[in-house]
Amino acid sequence: MELLLAIVAGVLYASGLYLMLRRRLAQLIIGLGLLSNGSNILILSAAGVTRARPPLMTPGVSGDQLADPVPQSLILTAIVIGFGVLAFSLVLAHRVHQSTASDDIDAIGSDAARALSDKPDPL
Amino acid sequence: MLLALPILVPLLTAILLHLLPQRSRLLRVVAFSGSLGVLIAAVWIFVLVQRDGFQVLQVASWPAPFGITLVADLFSAVMVVMVSIIGVAVTGSSFAGVDPRREALGFHPLIQVVLMGVAGAFLTGDIFNLYVWFEVMLIGSFVLMSLHRTRAQLHAAFTYVGLNLLASAFLLTAIGLLYGQAGTLNFADLARAWPERRTAGLDAALSMLFLTAFGIKAGLFPLFFWLPASYHTPPAAVGALLAGLLTKVGVYAMIRVFTLLFPDPKAGVYSVLLVLSAVTMVVGLIGALAQRDFRRVLSFNLVGHIGFTTVGLALWTPAALAGSILYVLHHMLVISTLFLVSGLFLRQRRTTDLAALGGLYRSQPGVACLALVPLFSLAGIPPLSGFIAKLAVVAPMVGARQYLLAAVALSVSLLTVLSMARLWEESFWKPAAASTSSSVAQPRLGVAILTPIAFLVSLTIGLTVLAGPVSTVTARAAEQLLDRNAYVRAVLGQGALRAGR
Repeated sequence: MELLLAIVAGVLYASGLYLMLRRRLAQLIIGLGLLSNGSNILILSAAGVTRARPPLMTPGVSGDQLADPVPQSLILTAIVIGFGVLAFSLVLAHRVHQSTASDDIDAIGSDAARALSDKPDPL
Repeated sequence: MLLALPILVPLLTAILLHLLPQRSRLLRVVAFSGSLGVLIAAVWIFVLVQRDGFQVLQVASWPAPFGITLVADLFSAVMVVMVSIIGVAVTGSSFAGVDPRREALGFHPLIQVVLMGVAGAFLTGDIFNLYVWFEVMLIGSFVLMSLHRTRAQLHAAFTYVGLNLLASAFLLTAIGLLYGQAGTLNFADLARAWPERRTAGLDAALSMLFLTAFGIKAGLFPLFFWLPASYHTPPAAVGALLAGLLTKVGVYAMIRVFTLLFPDPKAGVYSVLLVLSAVTMVVGLIGALAQRDFRRVLSFNLVGHIGFTTVGLALWTPAALAGSILYVLHHMLVISTLFLVSGLFLRQRRTTDLAALGGLYRSQPGVACLALVPLFSLAGIPPLSGFIAKLAVVAPMVGARQYLLAAVALSVSLLTVLSMARLWEESFWKPAAASTSSSVAQPRLGVAILTPIAFLVSLTIGLTVLAGPVSTVTARAAEQLLDRNAYVRAVLGQGALRAGR
């Protein structure tokens, strides 16, 4: 199970980084999403996977037989943060697309340099 | 409870700012009082840490390795004081006027959110909590940067968001692997347990992951490209806030994590850091010379001087670390002042392109002299604080027999002098550009926009005059950083070290 999770995490990292190296906004965002999912799976597998032992104390069960609840809560926090950040970058990408009608990052950048010299920046 | 105030006060202020009627005068007063409140709490914490040593707060009374701990040692306390000073200056500068659209979209609460995130990152004693504060501060700064419609600003914001999220993913990965091996997230518990469980391979991988994550945030070569691409577009107050605080959080986190978790000065990561710091200095300052815009010159200077703040960690001597801390303090003050100065040009000329500036010395010589202090302080001209800080950084290099490094640092300082002299000459001294002098009504710069700058300038002068006591404080802070056992005892209690062995 751990081997499978490690491979999945590796594939997610690789495809996330590959997408982030592309020039399209949409692919950058998808890449970010894959990357954060990859790190979540990595946390889960790095902390050790246990089968069917939820971290609930019942009489007669000692603590070291149970799954560690901390990685799960870390992943939960990371998912929530990742979700918020992803939502924000989607809105940002939408606005970039609205104002430039392009989703090519480099093209926006070179236009931006021109726009900056033409148009003064309000305080 | 006191330790939580620098986090709680901005949070409550931000909530209050959303609830209050949206009248700009009222919002500015509330935001400013919030920042003043943080300043008072920060100074109080500093006085306590200075007098009694470590201050520890176990949040919600969960005992140390299980709950989240807030810890203030001297380094944290000094950094929180600096955050609150810059917070006061930035919120104070909003009295001079903020773009009304920006104000309606939540300019003031967002600044408080960034302040909260930065203060939290400085005070936390838990590595996952550090990641969470990084995200809080990033989200606040993301929105602050993208509160505007121009294409340049949107593009800058996107570069900034993409690269910082990548850094966060690296940090999360490193934390996950660390937890998998050490089984704890509390800094003190990690410092106690991790050195016994480490293996050479994992140690190298983790330290490089942390170096990459914090290096992106701090703006180290070759990871700094997001910084000059984005910091020249937001308005001056936001620029001052981000430039003064965010990269320094990266530097702080690097120093904190490496001194606690990788206490082997011969580890390969420190050689890498040494080379990267030197290259960062050179590349940043040469980049600055090639720029033709006030804020772009500042951004590259910001990158170049980050090298001075990380080199102390790489050398790993108390004197070098103290020098780096002093440099961080000086640099936070001065770079924020200079970004606020760029606001003067935006107000008067609507641009920071050096070609369109000039003539300000003729019309308002007082302002030009005021700006001279931070410019020359950044350049390191004696007797200003930059000189003292540079001396504190370079002298330990000579002491550690790193003569080549000292030579690089000194020649880079010369480049800074050149770049700062050119900035002052182009923006104040030379006659006003023909196109601007003919245009109508250049508003005179009033008291409201000059007061925050004068406040920061007076603190820079204060840092110069009080250089003796301040360097005593930074030397003690460096000693505390290198004494890991004291940190562990302060957080986990006296018996912790013996029980762990």
